[in-house]
Amino acid sequence: MKTCRLLLGVALATNISLTAAWAEDLKIGAVAVLEGAFAVLGEDGMRGVTLALQEFDYTAGGRNITLITGSSDASPDSAVRATRKLVEQDGAPIVIGPLSGSEGLAIRDYAKTQPNATFINGVSAAQDTTLRESAENFFRFSTEGAQWMAGLGEYVYSEKGYRTVAVLAEDYSFPYTQVFGFLEPFCRMGGKAPQDARFYVPIGNKDYSSVIAALPDDVDAIYVALGGADAVNFLTQYEQAGGDLPLIGGSITVDQTVLGSEGRARDFVIGTPSAGPISDTWDDPRWAEFVAAYQAAFPDGFPSPSLFAHGYYVNTKAALLALDKVDGNLSDGGNAYRDALASLSFETPTGMVALDERRNAIADIFLTEVIEGPDGNLLNSTIKITPSVSQTFGLPYEEFLKYGPVSRENPACE
Amino acid sequence: MKQVHPNWWLAAALLVLYPFPANDFFTVQIGAYSLILGTIALSLMILAGYGGMVSLSQLTAAGLAAYMVPILGTNTQGVLGFGWSYWFTLPVAVLTAALFSALVGLIAVRNSGIYMIMITLAVAVSVFFFTRQNYEIFNGFTGYSGIEAPKPFGLDLRAPIPFYYLCLIVAVTFVLTTLYTARTPFGLSLQAVRDNPRRASALGYSVPAVRISAFFLAGIIAGVGGIMLVFLNGRISPGTIGVDVVIDILVIAVVGGLRHPIGPFLGALAFVLLENFAIDLIDRERFNTVIGGAFLLIVLFSPDGLLGLWGRLKPQIGLASMTTKRGSQSSGLDIEPNSLKGRLSNENV
Repeated sequence: MKTCRLLLGVALATNISLTAAWAEDLKIGAVAVLEGAFAVLGEDGMRGVTLALQEFDYTAGGRNITLITGSSDASPDSAVRATRKLVEQDGAPIVIGPLSGSEGLAIRDYAKTQPNATFINGVSAAQDTTLRESAENFFRFSTEGAQWMAGLGEYVYSEKGYRTVAVLAEDYSFPYTQVFGFLEPFCRMGGKAPQDARFYVPIGNKDYSSVIAALPDDVDAIYVALGGADAVNFLTQYEQAGGDLPLIGGSITVDQTVLGSEGRARDFVIGTPSAGPISDTWDDPRWAEFVAAYQAAFPDGFPSPSLFAHGYYVNTKAALLALDKVDGNLSDGGNAYRDALASLSFETPTGMVALDERRNAIADIFLTEVIEGPDGNLLNSTIKITPSVSQTFGLPYEEFLKYGPVSRENPACE
Repeated sequence: MKQVHPNWWLAAALLVLYPFPANDFFTVQIGAYSLILGTIALSLMILAGYGGMVSLSQLTAAGLAAYMVPILGTNTQGVLGFGWSYWFTLPVAVLTAALFSALVGLIAVRNSGIYMIMITLAVAVSVFFFTRQNYEIFNGFTGYSGIEAPKPFGLDLRAPIPFYYLCLIVAVTFVLTTLYTARTPFGLSLQAVRDNPRRASALGYSVPAVRISAFFLAGIIAGVGGIMLVFLNGRISPGTIGVDVVIDILVIAVVGGLRHPIGPFLGALAFVLLENFAIDLIDRERFNTVIGGAFLLIVLFSPDGLLGLWGRLKPQIGLASMTTKRGSQSSGLDIEPNSLKGRLSNENV
């Protein structure tokens, strides 16, 4: 019995010491994909978090901030596991993340079970995370995948003259959102994207030969919404297979995480139009300052910050600004803090951002094209800025819902 | 009944009292999750330890049972969801896992060793990709969410402490059942088939029948583990039964030790602790190396896992045996050089 009591005591003591440590500092959790096909993206996201914290010197609202990291592998389960540890074990009242679309949907559901914690998005960009069944304590200061496509469908239809496109995307909520955002204006203007020319591949797909062989000849271009290693693999293999159709890029298909990689696909993607929340060459002091800070802090990072660094930075900065507003006081279960977040609007490296009533960002979106920079790096240069893009494309909420949830077939576009 | 060693009572007391000092995270995410992973790994341990058959599709069986819960019951995805009561859903889910496991057994039992591993891995990978690309039944990459545990008599089984005890009862029941079954004629014939299939066959046992029955029973355990898993997460998607998780279950079973049904639970606890806290020990880009390194060290210094480590340490710290009555034993005769048996059961040390 003595051993029993001893062991019990040890268990108790360990537990108490684990929960009582660091009671003074405010803990902020950050979850990103640090394993698997999207690991490179997650690392850059964490750079964004660090950058925002450094800007605030790790203090906000008069409290010291301790950052705790959680890692997922882009699967919803792993994101919930990592977030649950940050909230329930480490006691972080504020969690920033996750990175990937379906993770965001899962965290939104988890957020509903933790009404006293505040969840601020990383860069997850699935539409339904905030559009349908949104959680009161989930905020997204980065925009989502359909918003990111603003202006692209119109541009390739009227400027590039494309009339029919094939679609290649990963098979989950974020690429569906991007495909919807691209095709909706494209098809409304008269473009076509036949259902049998839409290819959805699993995340982490290595071999695209069957897709490349099945691509139809009678399309004007391929719309590609792949990310990270998937995009690099497809571009390399398509180039090697002698593919010559012009590409239209999703927001993370031709961004720095892909353009920064070595290989022959480089020359191939020059001239690819795309759209997203950032533009590498935007001629604006706010953006230039952000790039300079990023390059100074992370010499081993990308030549220019990716949209992952940008998204995590914007969301972390929102978290810190709102903390300043409430003087670091979260004692009421964070209610005042969440009110401060909801009414927050602030300058980001890409312009002003504010939230709509479902706590989703309204921000400027950049239409871009890949060019070769002066030092040989590939960059996205700005063609046009679409100001203040909202999640409902400016339509009333009820009317926008009539488009239906994003999916492989939405919009039909035959 | 034989005298039960006091250490078992101590372990039982610790497990029962555990949720009271622990917070919700330790109760559910460490405690209950370890018990669930241990239960699923137990299903693998039974086949590997008592039957000499390493099946990598036990997690897949668990996953199918987990999928049956939202498919037959309710979910928030708007796909299928027949709204059956839990009294029908859960038995059907367990039966699905058991039948699936038996089917895998049917395909795999005529092979052994590395070939059986390959066949069962192939099944696991196929089911994983099938669930990911099938939208009519499995709802693709997104899978199902919004799955709730039953609330019999107003008791929310998913609340931390009830859920922990539910998992504990499930785990203890299966460990005791396993220990009991190992000494029944069926359990003995399974071990006989493991040690010397030819002799067992000559004695009149149908080797495939014994093995397939073992797969069926292991499937029941995996199925119940899968149901606990879906209650824990409230969701199920192909990522839950992905290849890396399949390997995790194998790691848990091997690291814990395959000689005693308690092994998988030790392995699961070690795995869950490392998975959750390795990231706090080292910078975030390298924590997976710590996890891998820890398991490598365990297997390197103790080929029969944490159980073996305990067995070697206990004479030195003066504790009496906790694992003497082990159920799975090898005869020491090894006429089948290809079988994994020599490595899996370590009678001769």
